Amino acid sequence: MSNATSAHSVVEPSAATKRIAGIIVVLYAIITMVPLAWIFMTSFKSPPDSISYPPKLVFTPTLEGYCNLFTTRTRQTPEYIQSLGPPQSTCDEITRSRNMVIAGPSNYWPRFTNSMVIAFGSTFLAVFLGTLAAYGFSRFRVPLADDLLFFILSTRMMPPIAVAIPIYLMYRELGLSDTALGMILLYTAVNVSLAVWLLKGFIDEIPREYEEAAMIDGYTRLQAFRKVVLPQATTGIAATAIFCLIFAWNEYAFAVLLTSGSAQTAPPFIPTIIGEGGMDWPAVAAGTTIFLVPILVFTILLRKQLLRGITFGAVRK
Amino acid sequence: MINSDTTILEKEPERAAASTPVSLVRRIGGLSDRAIAWLFITPTIALLLAINIFPLIWAVRLSFTNYRANRPNAVLETVGLQNYQRVLTDSDIWIAMQTTAHFVFWTILLQTLIGFSLAYLIDRKFRGHAFWTTVILIPMMLSPAVVGNFWRFLYQPQIGLFNYIVSYITGVPPSSFEMLGSVSLAPWSIIIVDTWMWTPYVMLICLAGLRSIPDYIYEAAEVDRASAWRQFWSITIPMALPFIMLAVLFRGIENFKMFDMVMLLTGGGPGSTTEVASITLKREAFESWRTGRASAFAIILFVAVFGLANIYVNALNRVKQR
Repeated sequence: MSNATSAHSVVEPSAATKRIAGIIVVLYAIITMVPLAWIFMTSFKSPPDSISYPPKLVFTPTLEGYCNLFTTRTRQTPEYIQSLGPPQSTCDEITRSRNMVIAGPSNYWPRFTNSMVIAFGSTFLAVFLGTLAAYGFSRFRVPLADDLLFFILSTRMMPPIAVAIPIYLMYRELGLSDTALGMILLYTAVNVSLAVWLLKGFIDEIPREYEEAAMIDGYTRLQAFRKVVLPQATTGIAATAIFCLIFAWNEYAFAVLLTSGSAQTAPPFIPTIIGEGGMDWPAVAAGTTIFLVPILVFTILLRKQLLRGITFGAVRK
Repeated sequence: MINSDTTILEKEPERAAASTPVSLVRRIGGLSDRAIAWLFITPTIALLLAINIFPLIWAVRLSFTNYRANRPNAVLETVGLQNYQRVLTDSDIWIAMQTTAHFVFWTILLQTLIGFSLAYLIDRKFRGHAFWTTVILIPMMLSPAVVGNFWRFLYQPQIGLFNYIVSYITGVPPSSFEMLGSVSLAPWSIIIVDTWMWTPYVMLICLAGLRSIPDYIYEAAEVDRASAWRQFWSITIPMALPFIMLAVLFRGIENFKMFDMVMLLTGGGPGSTTEVASITLKREAFESWRTGRASAFAIILFVAVFGLANIYVNALNRVKQR
């Protein structure tokens, strides 16, 4: 994408063309944002507001969705609620106004933490292993290198459910079912193929003369790798890490089949959030919003690396 | 395809260069290059062997047995090719394959048309195009499961935003149609969400393709007084074609495996109208617990994706060489 800025001399589109193109693209962008805006708005609605007809654009924002997301509640008689002392928090107050009291924390926060541990753990491992392997493939003559690389990549073509069957059996034997370690290893294995492929491309671009010069100056191969190659590959490593992180963060199929309790991540948990008598959509929206925010922030902050990674990865394959 | 050509060109001198300085340098460092190469590559290979290859071999073995994961202590019987035969003659599985093909066809068609058009418009480089490109990208970064789950809310017949907007535009009462519950609309509800989510991906790859076309070609066409229409069909499309085909390949492989979005939107229903191959596989493996038969199905699926992808890549390479 680096040559994107080359000057269009004769072929510069006219001002009118640009304007029309701009209007269509902006319209499309706004339309695609509507569902996300709706999730965000719903998370601040009260349950009755969220299911009103016609759908409400203007409403009094409340934190009820977030309160319901993080707590479990039990219904109580008004007399009992009156007998309690003054409310401890905003959530306490909101819950009591619905004739309920907070019974305890919900499972959302532990599930969210699991997602963080598993996503970051597997990303770190995949990028670490991937960088080493990519350097190995890029710089040394490895027997059957092309076959190995193709094989590494082809493991991604398997439908996740197909992979999950033997993994399920293997993890059951090894006691890795429903453990964070098991999920980290699995996501690392899935991501490392992409990591090796992307990073090999980035490392291939670093001239080997740099390392050779460093080694003539007395560096060992390992020192040259650490002090010359790694700093040069930072952008590539960052781009790869984002892809691994997004995959592990968003993954659902393995998570729903292989975790159920203590190691369950947020994606299989969020759809199970239900309230009294039907879906508690504000709570679902709140859980969705909190879950999406980290990825939104990453996308916006690291858009350049992301763009480069997507096109680069695609073009090389 | 300029980029792939350069990688091929670069590879050869690199390899030649690899052999010369190595012997000179080897004595200087502590570990020999060969040791480092293995040290660096082995952990990755070991992990892939343990978590990808070993289970795959295990699945192949199970596919010849009557193993059931919910009865691990039952006597294992080898049944030969019976599982494969049953899968290939099972009409439900063929219906699931047709459903999958239907999804793959429509999602790819819509995503390619919209994605390429958007890329073409963005390549007009209007003011602020970089910002709007980022905005358009957002859906593809999100979790299909979590967002798909929320689309269920948008598709609610009376209260859902989607139904409301459709009724606002067309005048049809919002409670008169059920996107997820009706046999004719349920497949489209999934196609819409998939297109919403993955059009940006196709757009990005097409954009890379459009930007790889050197300006001088258009300048030459301009000198020859070729019309804009003519330039589009004889320069833009042919030169961007390998990229469009790549995008189709990636989306094809991904949508062949489609699982989470379908699972959360319709769960395969109503009836089995949206039951794609992955859902059938999940039912066989984790609900009916016919592990042996599910393994056979999984292997058939893998071979199918792999075979189709290879045929396609060959076609792609022919297009590139033109």
